[in-house]
Amino acid sequence: MNDFEPVIVGFLCNWCAYAGGDLAGVSRLQYPPNMRPIRVMCSGMVHPELITKALLKGADGVLVMG
Amino acid sequence: MGLGKHKAAYIKYGQAVPLKYAIDAAHCLYLTRGKCRACEKFCPTGAINFQDTDKTFTLDVGAVIVAAGFDGFDPTRLDTYGYGRIRDVVTGLEYERLLASNGPHLGHLVRPSDEEEPRKIAWIQCVGSRNIHQCSNAYCSSVCCMYALKQAMVTAEHCSGNGLEQAVFYMDMRTHGKDFERYLMNAQERGLRFVRARPHTIEPGPDNKGAVIQYVDDDGRPATESFDLVVLSIGLEAPKDAQTLAAALGIELTPHRFARTSGFDPVTATRPGIYATGAFHGPKAIPHAVTEASTAAAEAARSLWSARGRLARTKTYPQEHDVACETPKIGVFVCSCGINIANTVDVKAVADYARTLPHVAHVENNLFTCSADTQNLIAQKIKELGLNRIVVAACTPRTHETLFQDTLREAGLNPFLVEMANIRNQNAWVHQQDPEKATEKAKDQVRMAVAKAMFNEPLRRLKVNVIQRALVVGGGVAGMNAALYLADQGFEVVLLERESRLGGNAWNLLENDQGEPVRPMLEGLIRHVETHPRITVLKSARLKTVDGSVGSFRSLVEVNGTEREILYGAAVLALGGREARPDEYLYGRDERVMTHLQWDALLEREPERIRRARSVVFIQCVGSREPKRPYCSRVCCTHTVKSAIRMKTLNPDLDIYVLYRDMRTYGMREELYQKARALGVLFVRYTLETKPQVTAENGRLQVNVLDPILGRTLRIPADFLVLAAAVEPNAAPEVVELFKCGVNADGFLTEAHPKLRPVDLSVDGLFVAGLCHYPKPVDETIAQARAAASRVAVVLSKEEMELDAIKSYVTEKCDGCALCVDVCPYRAIRLEESRDGSTVRKRIRTEPSLCKGCGLCEATCPKGGVLVHGFTLTQLEAQIDALLA
Repeated sequence: MNDFEPVIVGFLCNWCAYAGGDLAGVSRLQYPPNMRPIRVMCSGMVHPELITKALLKGADGVLVMG
Repeated sequence: MGLGKHKAAYIKYGQAVPLKYAIDAAHCLYLTRGKCRACEKFCPTGAINFQDTDKTFTLDVGAVIVAAGFDGFDPTRLDTYGYGRIRDVVTGLEYERLLASNGPHLGHLVRPSDEEEPRKIAWIQCVGSRNIHQCSNAYCSSVCCMYALKQAMVTAEHCSGNGLEQAVFYMDMRTHGKDFERYLMNAQERGLRFVRARPHTIEPGPDNKGAVIQYVDDDGRPATESFDLVVLSIGLEAPKDAQTLAAALGIELTPHRFARTSGFDPVTATRPGIYATGAFHGPKAIPHAVTEASTAAAEAARSLWSARGRLARTKTYPQEHDVACETPKIGVFVCSCGINIANTVDVKAVADYARTLPHVAHVENNLFTCSADTQNLIAQKIKELGLNRIVVAACTPRTHETLFQDTLREAGLNPFLVEMANIRNQNAWVHQQDPEKATEKAKDQVRMAVAKAMFNEPLRRLKVNVIQRALVVGGGVAGMNAALYLADQGFEVVLLERESRLGGNAWNLLENDQGEPVRPMLEGLIRHVETHPRITVLKSARLKTVDGSVGSFRSLVEVNGTEREILYGAAVLALGGREARPDEYLYGRDERVMTHLQWDALLEREPERIRRARSVVFIQCVGSREPKRPYCSRVCCTHTVKSAIRMKTLNPDLDIYVLYRDMRTYGMREELYQKARALGVLFVRYTLETKPQVTAENGRLQVNVLDPILGRTLRIPADFLVLAAAVEPNAAPEVVELFKCGVNADGFLTEAHPKLRPVDLSVDGLFVAGLCHYPKPVDETIAQARAAASRVAVVLSKEEMELDAIKSYVTEKCDGCALCVDVCPYRAIRLEESRDGSTVRKRIRTEPSLCKGCGLCEATCPKGGVLVHGFTLTQLEAQIDALLA
């Protein structure tokens, strides 16, 4: 499991988590490159089916941040 | 700067406006020796004009704004630093170029002598600032501590992990700006070495490579240290031609040749109608300069408001090209962002990869995709190749999407056909240690953006009427200035004050930092505001609700138990701040221990008591720059030296001790610090580890502090102890919550962009001024308040404005189940019934002016009956599919 590299789908709210992601960049905070961000206008916009779809298609995890 | 070479036909710098070539007349062969004309022959558009000369234009104007900037101090005047003689001694400005991706070494940091990468770098602060011995620049240049820190941090990023050593030689670290103290702490944690010393000699290293610095350390011992490269943090001076310009304009300059202004009219020059802004009237950092630009605009707009809009022209865009029936033809532009992205992500590989993606017709890699020339290039490619979707892989859409949207409009495409892949903020910058995986991630991001862009559709913006009235929350100096400057531009203003009188903290202030008395200004301001025909002042007022959005807000306000409705198009939040209550140094337990404001009140009330005193001690940074409040309160050092000067004037025999960590009398305030020292005020430095000890035994107040110069503890008997208590924001969580604007970790309102939009809040139509934004002296508060008025006027001067196009819409699949109606937080959805013969059909209807595009409806609907433009299920699914295919 040591070389396990999970694929994580991240739904990031434009107004907080996505802005936070941008700020992490400006602050040069380093984190693992496994998450793929998808910008949404609110974490409440993420339909449950999008999450199940991501998992069914092979994502190892889904992060909904908002 | 003489670091590299440019041709005789050249562009001055990458951000030049207009971005056009010019001929350097001093080096052009034709202009100097009369032959060549090669450029004329090769220029395909015939743009070369050797006969062009300087011309005089005559313009009729109602106001003049002077933003003539500053010159960097020329250190060749100081022989001690060896600048010009030692090759590896450079100025801060030159070092900036050495670091820059478009600099002489394309961002690869090398020293001038042998083009080797320096491993040990020193910064020397206050070169040409705070110096009355070798030059006459007595003032502090305000910005050099921060720029040196920034250069050191950027250098650490450039050359990480191979034993880089960096040292900063300084007198006081002045990180008094918003969030600057955290930056300093961060630099300390990153291992930057801070040496409190002013080097007296710099000699060249062996073979004139590197340099040897000689200085005297804290213990008084001489020290010698070699460095590969020495950066002189040169200060800011008035431009060389300041006097000529001032004479032409008929305005006065200060002895330092900066434009003379008053602390209460911070950008108003001595001649009516002329406004001096930015570093032209004193050194200042970018946020303050940008704020003052709006202040100057407010001053000019106020004097010319009756003529507003008379010469305005509307920008026209070409007819929008219909893409409905076309198959997607996508152009991908991968940005290097100088080296910001390219240092980590293999942008060429990403671009090559993008070419393999379906429907991608054109791919390019640009140094700066946001630069004017790349914008032109994108527009040109759209027209030339018939591109109908654009993907920009660069920074964040939160800051740059509107720019690219405008590019599309100018090229005749609907602006919503652009999509961004954020490969900088959310990739290159956060995965600097792993270029390979970062590149893989960037490819995924581009693939996902391309997949989404295929489903981007042209969108339209709705227009709403702008309510041409402003709300100002807070009736202190900030709120009143904002209100007055709006009302004087012809706008109606409602000013809310929580207390029963206007004025706020200014009632407690004696003088501003320029030595002008506050009380008469304040009384005049209040009179002006209260009698202004266009200002409604509501005192003892409470804000109860906030609905709506920019252009059309609605609030209920409670005044003396009755509620009033206020409609407005934009608002200024000037919620104020207050002096924090100290919890140390016997404060609250001994009446001789007091804060600045209490001390000032005593000084006014009982000057005799102070005249009789023999010793007064000030302790700085009480509650500031501590783990609990990791910020500098900015105003306290100057407040202390002003107080000390006043007391010494009252009683020259009084012993005054100031116990400080770094004296931060920035800008021209440095002269007050010098005056206090000349009057005999004693300044003793302490650190967080050696904080002063205060005791009261047998009725005697005593302060013990370790003097770092003597290396011994001073025992100071004190008649009074004055604490420079922190400034904290007024706790107004209900107002912040109502407006849904953010605060930083210290509780100060967060501006939309710390440098570029320093008075805008993150919510459109809301602006900020005064202490609720960050501690600041009166002159800066006034400048910011008038700047906020200027920004509000930008909103209110339009009769209608466009709303965002990201809104919900109903599809054919809606069957009227109404699940979405209750979840909508903005009440933007209602159920409608329509009768078709005998059948009753139910469907929802969305109200775009209320909808914020949050998409709770989209996530709730079980059948795709309601979606949000730009974020449809299809677009979100396309991204998942593209990622996990």
